[in-house]
Amino acid sequence: MTDPVIRISNMNKWFGTFHVLRDINLQVAAGEKIVICGPSGSGKSTLIRCLNRLEHHQEGHIEVEGVSLDGSMKNLESIRSNVGMVFQQFNLFPHMSVLENCTLAPIWVKQKTKQEAEALARQFLERVRIPDQADKYPGQLSGGQQQRVAIARALCMNPDIMLFDEPTSALDPEMIKEVLDVMVELAEDGMTMLCVTHEMGFARQVADRVIFMDEGEIVEENEPEAFFSNPQNERTKMFLSQVLSH
Amino acid sequence: MSAQTWSPKPARPAPANTVGFVGWARENLFATKLDTALTLLCVTLIVYTLEVVFGWAIIDASFSGEDRKACLKQVQGACWPFIDAKLGQFIYGRYPEMERWRVDWVFAIGALGLVPLLMPKVGWKRANVIFMLGFYPLFCFFMLTGGVFGLTPVDTTDWGGLLVTLVVAITGIVGSLPLGILLALGRRSELPIVRALCVAFIEIFRGVPLITVLFMASVMLPLFLPDGVNFDKLVRCLIGVALFSSAYMAEVVRGGLQAIPKGQYEAAAALGLGYWKTTRLIILPQALKLVIPGIVNTFIGLFKDTTLVLIVGLFDLLGIVQLHFTDSSWATPETHITGYAFAAFVFWVFCFAMSRYSIFMENHLSTDRDKES
Repeated sequence: MTDPVIRISNMNKWFGTFHVLRDINLQVAAGEKIVICGPSGSGKSTLIRCLNRLEHHQEGHIEVEGVSLDGSMKNLESIRSNVGMVFQQFNLFPHMSVLENCTLAPIWVKQKTKQEAEALARQFLERVRIPDQADKYPGQLSGGQQQRVAIARALCMNPDIMLFDEPTSALDPEMIKEVLDVMVELAEDGMTMLCVTHEMGFARQVADRVIFMDEGEIVEENEPEAFFSNPQNERTKMFLSQVLSH
Repeated sequence: MSAQTWSPKPARPAPANTVGFVGWARENLFATKLDTALTLLCVTLIVYTLEVVFGWAIIDASFSGEDRKACLKQVQGACWPFIDAKLGQFIYGRYPEMERWRVDWVFAIGALGLVPLLMPKVGWKRANVIFMLGFYPLFCFFMLTGGVFGLTPVDTTDWGGLLVTLVVAITGIVGSLPLGILLALGRRSELPIVRALCVAFIEIFRGVPLITVLFMASVMLPLFLPDGVNFDKLVRCLIGVALFSSAYMAEVVRGGLQAIPKGQYEAAAALGLGYWKTTRLIILPQALKLVIPGIVNTFIGLFKDTTLVLIVGLFDLLGIVQLHFTDSSWATPETHITGYAFAAFVFWVFCFAMSRYSIFMENHLSTDRDKES
């Protein structure tokens, strides 16, 4: 196995006095696809938000691509421009067109010229199958289209790692598939992905490892086949029976 | 069973009496008995008001004459010759008559720069902003005060009328917006000392009447300054007005900042944008757009508050109009009313223009679903 691109060791986090993440240890190899699942409030979103320091951990150590997340601004900038993130609520910039959403960070963070950034943006919009929406505003798009723009926006920074925080949870059923298809393609191209999701079909199809969390702890992790067919922990069994029964 | 094909029903036109003018009137003017009564009452009121105003301002008014005799008819309306005779004073104050062309140039260049700047479709915005914020203020300063390039010096105590109103209002507007934005950002800063200073500034200036600020600036400030250091009285007023309105502006802008969802900050942070880039590119464009009505409200308030500079001996438009009421050659029963009506109309034109422009900008900047991109 190659050197891990993400190393989390003995990481703890509190919200005020509430202990949200407890002794998290996790290593992710380059190109690995990880699906994190668990009941709401189990700390799965908080965990991936710690990886680009949208949340600060208080104890332990996080290292992304050899750079330590210790609060230094310089480290943070280099990590953030290499780690893309997709949010549940899309969080597109509503006052900018789709194209401007995608070119903003390449221009202002990576100092690309407008022409370079636009060429790159159009290429990624093509890849998420909405090249014809480039000049529209986010408010004029459907939820599925908006989320695909959000993925393209993150890809325009050429990240090595992509974090997905429940990317399909705010979507109508008919739109979930179009977003998942894009994510599957991305996975097939070898992107390192950490994905918080309730889409168990997606987990089976692309994940190298499935992680189950509850009460701020990693309860169980395994390859998807073994994870779904033969869960070891009582808590995991209960969760899976709830999620898979309907 | 074979699968059925389904196609939506075609849309039909709406019933005839619910569309067009008839439909509109039925729905909005005469929907119920009460609506009909209210409509008739309002129409009566409008007609009555228009009749009174029209009668006073036009039918019974005097339009020409050299002195008060023109305005002493049996039934006398507005005394417009008074305005006509004093118009120069109302616009320029005591600015020497020979030098008034300099003020005209300042007005003309200002209008020439401002109009294309306010029209979104006209290009060269960056050059225009540099011109209006860099070159134009210097041009105004040298042109109006003189003393260089062979221009006769004109003391600011001789400035007056619309000139003073516009100088105070525009400086206040241009100064208070950036200052207010910085104060609003400071008030939401995570740095406790910055935050405390901003809160203190805002609460002190908002808690004091403008008259007090102007009075302090003009009377108290010189007492604290070392000997020999002396600001022009007008400059002190300009600073006072700008600081005062920046405190109000800060609270308006803060309202906009608070309406921006946390996700916008997070998305910007996740893309690697720092605080200032996030603020400038993501947060402020959205926040300021949200509070355009509040910003323009503050501008309009500021514009009208310029009349308070009279308290420290500067004669703005209203001040100079009032000053001329004492001219005995124009002493008629209608002089006061005509003068006030004129001043009110000038203020109204400027404020209404700002109001309409703000509505235009709101629509222009809207990126809603129903807007063509």
